[in-house]
Amino acid sequence: MRDMEPADTTGDFSEKILVFADGSRRKVLVTEKETLLRDGHLIVSRTDPKGVITHVNNTFVEMSGYSEEELVGEPHYILRHPDMPAAAFKDLWVTIQKGTKWHGYVKNLRKDGGYYWVFATVIPNIRKGEIAGYTSVRRKPARKKVLECIKLYPNL
Amino acid sequence: MSDISYQMTVSPDFTPDHISGWFIFNTWLQKTLGVGIHLELYDNFSSQRKAIVEDEIDLIYANPYDASMLVRERGFLPVVRPSKFSDEAIIVVNKDHQAQQIEDLPIGISIAATEDPDVNLICEIMLEPAELNVRNTKKITISSYPLVAKALIQNKADVGFFLHDAYNSLSNLTKRELRPLVSSEIQVIHHVLMVGPRMTTIKDRLQEVLIGMAEKPRGAGVLKAMNFAAWEAMDGEEMEFMIDLMDTLSYQPE
Repeated sequence: MRDMEPADTTGDFSEKILVFADGSRRKVLVTEKETLLRDGHLIVSRTDPKGVITHVNNTFVEMSGYSEEELVGEPHYILRHPDMPAAAFKDLWVTIQKGTKWHGYVKNLRKDGGYYWVFATVIPNIRKGEIAGYTSVRRKPARKKVLECIKLYPNL
Repeated sequence: MSDISYQMTVSPDFTPDHISGWFIFNTWLQKTLGVGIHLELYDNFSSQRKAIVEDEIDLIYANPYDASMLVRERGFLPVVRPSKFSDEAIIVVNKDHQAQQIEDLPIGISIAATEDPDVNLICEIMLEPAELNVRNTKKITISSYPLVAKALIQNKADVGFFLHDAYNSLSNLTKRELRPLVSSEIQVIHHVLMVGPRMTTIKDRLQEVLIGMAEKPRGAGVLKAMNFAAWEAMDGEEMEFMIDLMDTLSYQPE
């Protein structure tokens, strides 16, 4: 996956290196600019069994800052923010690969280095007894829950 | 015409303005397919659910919530969906209510709602940013959307849950007394026309005539009476995707 460049961002940023479960690395440039998910909007996406994005809805495109063409074909971890504890994603994969639903509060990284908080639900798509992919729906979280996560996540 | 007769029904969330459209559609369908179909409209979700459980229904225009149950529990198959048409919901308050946004709503509010399961689900999700849920609100179940509006106007409830189209079909006089607080933008869930086990033998033919309906002068007129532009095919995988979506939406955070 492409490293982020200063031209991708607006304003001050800090540089972080992300190391993903598949061993790949990505340089990301993060800013403090938060984008709020609008009331009534849901972010919907689907991936193949390896977590590669196959479908996104308009709200996903709007919130991530990427175009649909830039998202489809990329691993879902294109949205990974360095403030998210690795343990959360390990739990996500262990849970969904067992064929069960996962829920959690997630801070996602935008294309421009900013971020947005969501309450995410990921469900395995079971077809003929096999996992054919995953569907993820992300909705606007209560602010109180976000503040709790901001306190807790650095210690996980 | 074949001796076999089928029974069709429509999710009780249809707008009253389009009841006649469904009867016209049924007549058109019988003539085009050469089969007998009786249209039975139910006043509420529980009486329709009873008819489904008693295997009385062969063809149904189902809301997304019931569509999941019909596939999983009753062996129904998707045929078509209305083109460029998604199910959206809206939360409404009395025009003088103090809340200007969802987060202004306090714990303990009363909610006027119909039994419409997908509208209730979508609206409950839209209340989550205010940490409101079924445990800390009081729901008043009402038989129709006009009566939900009446409950708000009479200040018998703080908020009302509406199917977007049902809210839009209220009179201007009624809407002047109300104020939308938030509308959904989900884009990916919608009603679906489905056949039950007795009707699967003619599913392919039914799908073919419905997809071509908008191209035929009489068909286009019937669609207009139902407020649809056209039908488009819905396959099993699209249906499974919508079932997965409804499953993700049915979870409420603690």
